[in-house]
Amino acid sequence: MTEIRSILPLSVNGLCFEARGKRLVKEATFKIEAGSRTMVLGANGAGKSLLLRLCHGLLDPAQGTVSWNGDVSFSKAVRARQAMVFQRPVMLRRTALANIEYALKLQGVEKAERADRAYSVLKRVGLGRLADQPARVLSFGEQQRLAMARAWAIRPEVLFLDEPSASLDPSATHSIEESITAIAEEGATIIMTTHDLGQAKRLGTDVMFLHRGRILEQANASDFFAGPKNDLAQAFLRGDLLWWKRKAPYPGGGIEAQKI
Amino acid sequence: MDEFASAFQAAFQLIVSLDSNLFEIVSLSLQVSLSAVLIASLIGLPLGAALVLFTFPGKRGLVVMLNALMGLPPVVVGLILYLLLSRSGPLGVLGLLFTPTAMIIAQVILITPIIAALTRQVVQELWSEYREQLMSLGCSPSCAIRTLLWDGRFSLITTVLAGFGRASAEVGAVMIVGGNIDHVTRVMTTAIALEVSKGDLALALGLGIILLSLSLGINATAFLLGEFAKKRIGA
Ligand SMILES: Nc1ncnc2c1ncn2[C@@H]1O[C@H](COP(=O)(O)OP(=O)(O)OP(=O)(O)O)[C@@H](O)[C@H]1O
Ligand SMILES: [Mg+2]
Repeated sequence: MTEIRSILPLSVNGLCFEARGKRLVKEATFKIEAGSRTMVLGANGAGKSLLLRLCHGLLDPAQGTVSWNGDVSFSKAVRARQAMVFQRPVMLRRTALANIEYALKLQGVEKAERADRAYSVLKRVGLGRLADQPARVLSFGEQQRLAMARAWAIRPEVLFLDEPSASLDPSATHSIEESITAIAEEGATIIMTTHDLGQAKRLGTDVMFLHRGRILEQANASDFFAGPKNDLAQAFLRGDLLWWKRKAPYPGGGIEAQKI
Repeated sequence: MDEFASAFQAAFQLIVSLDSNLFEIVSLSLQVSLSAVLIASLIGLPLGAALVLFTFPGKRGLVVMLNALMGLPPVVVGLILYLLLSRSGPLGVLGLLFTPTAMIIAQVILITPIIAALTRQVVQELWSEYREQLMSLGCSPSCAIRTLLWDGRFSLITTVLAGFGRASAEVGAVMIVGGNIDHVTRVMTTAIALEVSKGDLALALGLGIILLSLSLGINATAFLLGEFAKKRIGA
């Protein structure tokens, strides 16, 4: 733990991803600064999860680069300072507490310190009483909160969240949002996807709007929610994106849309 | 029918009285098969996991071969090992033919492919579930192997038990390389074969009953472990 150099900013340049001959992420270029909370928005299948995975180094791009403060190689130090909560939580076959301790062990946290640290973060997401339960018998929403706690325990500099409250009840959603705010206040930079526009408004400092693998708009959150420039983004905010189709395939800058 | 009943009675007599001859055979059988399972597990578990985690040229070929080796005919293994270990064979100088060590080697050859192939299946399934999460947490390949073997522990114990079952029930290979020598290399299966041919049904039946109980015990253990795993870790 001698490395204190920040891994931010994150610079993504001309990033493309392909699978089965289909281009699923198209020339993504953006920069994320320390302390920001970026909301990645877009319809189902827009490529939000793929974009997060690419940034986190879980997928290899077909083209383009992901650069963490100049490091494009995903060195061990860069990896160790990020955490990700997946859209579908992955729980190891151990107790809830042991799942967090496992992550701490990989971070090189002393054995004596692990249990305390794991338990305190478990309590913060409201799962203290389930510490000794096998993680895989927890409900989906509880698993999601456990995944959140596991990521939080690492004290990451950058936290990726893929729909962290997708199947949570209203009060759990509220508490997850409080957790996200708390993590951000501890200094973490947040990059998350959500389908809850109210949540994006509450949490975001920046917004990135994705449509069919392409970033169509990047703006700070207040500007975006006051009225996006892109017409597909406008349709998305209104909730009727599905009724729109492109008139012409992305000519140069602006995108034209038409109701069908 | 009378003969059958009295053979049964004599068999139980032997078991209950802890007959020294019977006891010797059973204990050698267990020694040989347990050693073989231990060695085969030390090779097969990491090998099976490594086959999932590492890519290298010829990997597919190795997987296909491993699956094929699962059905290896024991007598052929015995024959080849015999040729290797016999006095004029390339490994003859070791003087291993007709020793328990030769029998252990034969059983290791027979069950390592089984343990490795079944381990590969268990680990493969877990890995497709865990891959991204472990990568995200910064788990290296060797760390991943350890994690996957641990998290698959209940299925893997069943795998090891299957190996033990096959090892202890096997007769062809240990007969050839062990020679079924009284007090030296006589194990349950070879003793049964011999006693039946001699017409001494009591000892054969006694050993048969023990062998059968062993196999029932193994299966019951595997089943209970599965139930326990479901309850305990939600596997
Ligand atoms: N390995 C793959 N092979 C082929 N297609 C894939 C693969 N992974 C993702 N896709 C496709 O890429 C597109 C984007 O997927 P992605 O999971 O990023 O969507 P998303 O924006 O996260 O959607 P959601 O809101 O439903 O989570 C989808 O159409 C999906 O079918
Ligand atoms: Mg997604």
